[in-house]
Amino acid sequence: MRRIGVQSLPIALFIAVFTGIVLALLSSYTLTGAVPLYFVGTLVGKAVMIELVPVMTGLALSGRVGANIAAELGTMRVTEQVEALETLAYDPHSYLVVPRIIAATLMFPVVVALAEVTGLLSGWITAINLLDMSTVEFVKGLRLFYEFKDIWFGLVKSMSFGLAIALIGCMKGLSASGGAEGVGRTAMEAVVLGAQMILVLDAFWAVALL
Amino acid sequence: MILFRDLNKSFGPKDVLTGFSLEVPDGETTVVIGYSGTGKSVALKHVVGLLQPDSGGVEVDGNVVHDLDRDGLVALRSMIGFVFQFAALFDSMTVRENISLGLKRQEVPEREIELRVQESLALVDMEGTEDRYPIELSGGMRKRVGIARAIALKPKYILYDEPTSGLDPVTAAVINQLMVRAREKLGVTGLVVTHDMNSAFTVGDRIAMLYRGSIRQVGSVEQIQRTHDPVVRQFIEGRPEAAADAEGLVTQVVS
Ligand SMILES: Nc1ncnc2c1ncn2[C@@H]1O[C@H](COP(=O)(O)OP(=O)(O)O)[C@@H](O)[C@H]1O
Ligand SMILES: [Mg+2]
Repeated sequence: MRRIGVQSLPIALFIAVFTGIVLALLSSYTLTGAVPLYFVGTLVGKAVMIELVPVMTGLALSGRVGANIAAELGTMRVTEQVEALETLAYDPHSYLVVPRIIAATLMFPVVVALAEVTGLLSGWITAINLLDMSTVEFVKGLRLFYEFKDIWFGLVKSMSFGLAIALIGCMKGLSASGGAEGVGRTAMEAVVLGAQMILVLDAFWAVALL
Repeated sequence: MILFRDLNKSFGPKDVLTGFSLEVPDGETTVVIGYSGTGKSVALKHVVGLLQPDSGGVEVDGNVVHDLDRDGLVALRSMIGFVFQFAALFDSMTVRENISLGLKRQEVPEREIELRVQESLALVDMEGTEDRYPIELSGGMRKRVGIARAIALKPKYILYDEPTSGLDPVTAAVINQLMVRAREKLGVTGLVVTHDMNSAFTVGDRIAMLYRGSIRQVGSVEQIQRTHDPVVRQFIEGRPEAAADAEGLVTQVVS
């Protein structure tokens, strides 16, 4: 739980800071003249909460968390630790898989929520420093088309990402074979499949809920 | 008693065990010898239901392992200790936690657990290592902890998968001694698979040779030492033509 949550925070926040900056600059560039500048706030807000931060964080964590789970369980598999658990009358699924899935499903939205706040802050700071906007304008834009759905949509999405990444990591890890090389291959496959799954889920949620 | 009854097991096109039958009487140590990759570990894993037979099966005290339900399997596993080839200690746990894990599953009270940890560590001469992690131990020490983890369950049977392979001769002798001790002090029935003949002769009461999927010969240590079966002779004497045969290059037995 701690490893999935706390240790993933730096990379998630790092992504969020730069996403916020780029979004603010990009939207001001796009809106030049024709549309009032406070729409920068709107675009930053929507993009950060609904799409970019959840997905980019998900992709980064697919690398971190997915690879970590797959490598850990893969190592346990090829060194017979999984079988050792079974001979001690434990069920490897409930003992190894369930806690990881619960941790990832619960921690992903928390990490993403913090990243979203960070993304908004960095967008706001960029806007008032580099774009000559005032805080009032930024917040006005932010609230313009705001719906509560913007928040929970991103968080529900990230829950599904966490679930998918942990599930894939566990499945891949437990079916590892072929020594250290096999474990490396397993981790790689988990990351690739996890990233693909995130993009598919992202599209699915867009179709289902937007 | 553990009874292998006409066990057959293939992985894909590869027939590993073909009509493997063997009786492991209580109170003794039975050793299965055979070339690497002939299916010794595969046979052992059937005893605790880690693998399912294609046909035939294993009976433990009259129960057919692959017919057991979940609870039956839990009960079976709690009376069989399994010592893995490379110990298979849990990396993320200390020695104490490794040994306690199986006891916790059996709901042994906390105080009794600590007692058993101490007892079993003493039996393998590893007192004082409770708080160390597997990574801090040598290969031989890990094997000893692996044996302690099995012993702590007070099992009726212990299965050893290549207990001495990869160890220096002195450490191997220590492990042999521990296996003999486990039988003498605790009365455990042992089933050992190995290709280390020195170990087989030291710890075994009976020796069986696995060859091409089934038991080639079984007998007392003395009978095996005096065998006239050319395949068994080659193996226990470690003659080079045996290596060629092991690779499957020689199909005819040279006597
Ligand atoms: N889970 C498995 N899947 C596929 N093949 C396996 C599996 N376990 C063992 N084998 C194959 O079965 C054969 C016997 O293996 P094993 O029992 O480990 O030999 P050993 O006698 O050295 O212990 C080997 O060729 C091995 O590749
Ligand atoms: Mg083996």
